[in-house]
Amino acid sequence: MVIGGGIAGVTAAVEAAEAGYDVVIVEKEPYLGGRVVQLYKYFPKLCPPACGMEINFRRIKDNPRIRFHTMAEVERIEGRPGDFDVTIRLRPRYVNDRCTACNACVAVCPVERPDAFNFGMGKTKAIYLAHEMAFPMKYAVDAPPCRLTECAKCVEVCEYDAIDLTMQPRTLRLKAGAVIVATGWKPYDASRIDNLGFGRFPDVITNVMLERLAAPNGPTRGRILRPSNGHEVQSAAFIQCAGSRDLNHLAYCSGICCLASLKEATYLRERNPNARAHIFYIDLRTPGTYEFFSKKVLSDGHITATKGKVAKITEDPATGQLVVDAEDILAAQKMRIGVDLVVLASGMVSSLAEGRAAGPVALDQDSFVVETDDANGIFAAGCARAPVDVATSVQDATAAAQLAIETILGAARA
Amino acid sequence: MAKKIGVYICSGCGIGHSIDVERLEGVAKAAAPGGPVRRSAAFCLEDARQIQADIEQEGLDGVVIAACSPRVNTDVFGFKGALVERVNLREQVAWSHPPNEDETQALADDYLRMGLVQAQKSSPPTPYTEAHERTVLVVGGGVAGLSAAISAARSDFGVVLVEKGPELGGYAARLHRQFPKRPPYDQLAAVDVAEKIRMVRSLPNVRILTQAQVQEISGEPGRFRVIIQAAGAPVEVQVGAIVLATGWRPAEPHAYAAYGLGRCPNVVTSVDFEEMVAKGRIGRPSDGRPALRVAFLLCDGEGDDAHLPYGGNVSSLVALKQATYVRQQGKDASAYVFYEDMQTPGQSEYFYRRVQADPGIFLSRGQVRGVAEDRDRNVLLDVSETLMGGDIRLVVDVLVLSTGMIPSTVDADGQLGLAYLQGKDVPTTRFGYADSNFICFPYETRRTGIYSAGAVRAAMDLAASVRDGRAAALKAIQSIEKSSAGQAVHPRVGDLSYPNFFMQKCTSCGRCTQECPFGALELDERKHPVLNTNRCRRCGICMGACPVQIISFNDYSVDMLSTMIRAVEIPEGDEEKPRILVLACENDAYPALDMAGINRLRYPSSVRVIPVRCLGSVNSILIADAVSRGFDGVALLGCKPGEDYQCHFIRGSELLETRMGNVRETLGRLALEPERVQVMEVAISESEKIPPMLDEFVRTIKTIGPNPMKGF
Repeated sequence: MVIGGGIAGVTAAVEAAEAGYDVVIVEKEPYLGGRVVQLYKYFPKLCPPACGMEINFRRIKDNPRIRFHTMAEVERIEGRPGDFDVTIRLRPRYVNDRCTACNACVAVCPVERPDAFNFGMGKTKAIYLAHEMAFPMKYAVDAPPCRLTECAKCVEVCEYDAIDLTMQPRTLRLKAGAVIVATGWKPYDASRIDNLGFGRFPDVITNVMLERLAAPNGPTRGRILRPSNGHEVQSAAFIQCAGSRDLNHLAYCSGICCLASLKEATYLRERNPNARAHIFYIDLRTPGTYEFFSKKVLSDGHITATKGKVAKITEDPATGQLVVDAEDILAAQKMRIGVDLVVLASGMVSSLAEGRAAGPVALDQDSFVVETDDANGIFAAGCARAPVDVATSVQDATAAAQLAIETILGAARA
Repeated sequence: MAKKIGVYICSGCGIGHSIDVERLEGVAKAAAPGGPVRRSAAFCLEDARQIQADIEQEGLDGVVIAACSPRVNTDVFGFKGALVERVNLREQVAWSHPPNEDETQALADDYLRMGLVQAQKSSPPTPYTEAHERTVLVVGGGVAGLSAAISAARSDFGVVLVEKGPELGGYAARLHRQFPKRPPYDQLAAVDVAEKIRMVRSLPNVRILTQAQVQEISGEPGRFRVIIQAAGAPVEVQVGAIVLATGWRPAEPHAYAAYGLGRCPNVVTSVDFEEMVAKGRIGRPSDGRPALRVAFLLCDGEGDDAHLPYGGNVSSLVALKQATYVRQQGKDASAYVFYEDMQTPGQSEYFYRRVQADPGIFLSRGQVRGVAEDRDRNVLLDVSETLMGGDIRLVVDVLVLSTGMIPSTVDADGQLGLAYLQGKDVPTTRFGYADSNFICFPYETRRTGIYSAGAVRAAMDLAASVRDGRAAALKAIQSIEKSSAGQAVHPRVGDLSYPNFFMQKCTSCGRCTQECPFGALELDERKHPVLNTNRCRRCGICMGACPVQIISFNDYSVDMLSTMIRAVEIPEGDEEKPRILVLACENDAYPALDMAGINRLRYPSSVRVIPVRCLGSVNSILIADAVSRGFDGVALLGCKPGEDYQCHFIRGSELLETRMGNVRETLGRLALEPERVQVMEVAISESEKIPPMLDEFVRTIKTIGPNPMKGF
């Protein structure tokens, strides 16, 4: 069983299944794909995540060994390696498998909700498809705000009996020989960093929000606009370690944000030939061959990188521009620039940070799963294990799938 | 060839409101499919049972389902006993074209005819199941290789482990300590490679050959024949898959000449220093006296001649680790580390922080301006732009230089000795790694059945190498399982088809063997291609390459594609109804077309889309065919070529460019405008690009005027 259907979970599932093992994925969102499907591009190739996901989804569709449950969370894991009993809680989707994704329901739905897929930028109807590539391609109802049977307009128009607003939460019991925890990450709550102004100034956004703004299927159809006034962004500051490497927030380095900001600077440049991007960093962490990516990005005269911490972000009431006060360590001086948009490289927090781990796994000081070679039969992959990039998550997931197989075979031999 | 075909036309999801389904039934009946023609308001629900019943009761060997995209309801429409062809009436007709218009109806009619041809011209492939060897060859006995060997053996596969040195363990066996492994991740850990060596020696299904080197590998996944030179004598083994884990080496010493390496005895590499510590004592190589002042250079500055991109985050951590060794000599020992950017991503930050807190370790960015030595052989170091107050001069006992980790493939010359026409080595990335070009699929090298692990794939530490070995073992196991079942591996996993060659017509040009991205084809003595089926990834690039079109798959053939093109009705004498053939890569462009439909974007109804396995599988003769059949234009929709190519068959989009040369020549011969055939780059996420792109193309075609070949 794989907990989490993001890039790590999906990879672990297909890799194990293609070696001949049965797999069930438990995903809490209504769709598989996790955080990567919210990204516009991957570094360093600047290619769309959907490309690899399309292949992975096809591998799932074509492989009867893989089953999955969406809107599902693991409640309890009991038993031992080779023989786990897992209890899963299924939230009601209010839409059953008969949904053909014809979209008739959306037209009549009178209720709107903030678009969670787009981090609240924009709205969808209460019955919605999270995004155009959502897999499975089945709608879901968000209740509340949906008033369920009190409204039921969607039920009337659905020609396929696919909507059931009386659906109740369900509990499911499964058997599993081994468990892979691939619960991933969530962005650090940037509003907790007082001096950077997130939540106070509308034009201070986070890196994940910029991914959605830049994505063609995002709330602005790919245009990078200032949230405050909808004007095209001419200049942006990228603030590294917004929460990371800071004992008051996340003590560790999130590992990916330097590369993510370099990548996101290219989004801005791709759309606006006059736009300027300023990156403020402590160390530019672009290990190994990633350094070529960094060099390529920084060779663009409109993208600059300054070593130094940002002291504060304020808003110039006269111009509405944001003012970044920072130190330039190499020049040994303070600096101040005005920009249209500030992008905070908010760190990665383990998804297990506030919830409880479902099974007998040890968590470290940051709520990442402690790696064990020898098995209690439960293995972590991707950002459940550590803050890592996509390439490492895939490596991890493949390795975890192999450990799961060894556990199952080992238990069968014993 | 399917003989008796049922046709199932769905009117649900708006299809019935967009086109005349009854007329479509007429089109199906006219094609005389031999089986029933049925209609439903939702074939994906209860009526799917009708299809299965027809297959069983009417003995259908093919079904054509004209409904939604083949990307959805794959499971519902996956019937046993018959070939299934899907006609995409929903996403690519009803959702992307104006309802109840002649042109929309014509589009649906043509798609149905094309789908019928597809069914008629397909036959189920006979799987190739000739290779069943369940042993994994692991080349390299370092930590990645050991990990791969243990994993494969524990999964009930045989293992042959080949190590060129006398001992197992690789560089790991020469380390004093390894990076922190346990929370809170601020203490170095004992090296645990000895345990892995014991484990591998205890497994009965692992055969270990030390002082051994692979001399030659031939064959294919599921049955590779390997000749190994072990202790001077050749050993032959049969294996099913291979893990390449030959590791790394330090950079050549001359790269560090500017830092005094080779000139000053007390300037050493980080590898030398580690070995010194592992042997028990930190001393000055010049006179054996204690080395209490040691400086470490990461050599990672911009423009640093000694800088190579091969350190990954390992180099930084090695310097920090070794600085702590220095400090263990006592209170009066001090270490200095100079860097450009400290690469300690993730939770290695905790170790960095602990080192920073040590008052005897000085960490600073800085640029080294010069290295010299005094009469006592102390090393004099000039460093500028430090955080310790600008330019400084430092006198140290020993200077340690970061060596980088050069993957062994950089200087490999026939490391695996592949007896392949396309060369002895696994093709590497531009950095020399035996890695794939794909972020999502890191183990997919261009030699099927051969998977790389550890530092030969990317710079990584011991813990990551252990994971990598495990992961590569799983890929090797999969390759064996798939090969023995006759199935393709990534990206067309499970595909049972493979290319057939009509050899009587082969002109021995060898193009297919050169263009195959995976080196699947060899030549026989008549210079005819010989397929190694299990090396083949089923992309069809050979099919696109063949100038006499003798290469086809059972379910994807030259005949099928050209008959599908002929199935399109070309209106004559109506300039407002041009016909554009769109050949779309099935992984990116075709889903992007679907997405345009899902977003209800409109693009011209004059296009006829055929999904292709890869644009590289498109033969220029097919394009010429389309034009001579009267198509006014041909658009080839595919992914980005070049350095950061996205083609999952590596060379598809790149080869297309060269093929376009032929196409332009043909157009010239027919006195047709070159603008009639265009390559368009579209990524899977770029559906919004499709309408303006195709609109523009149609405008261009209308400006040029209709194809004068129409009606010939």
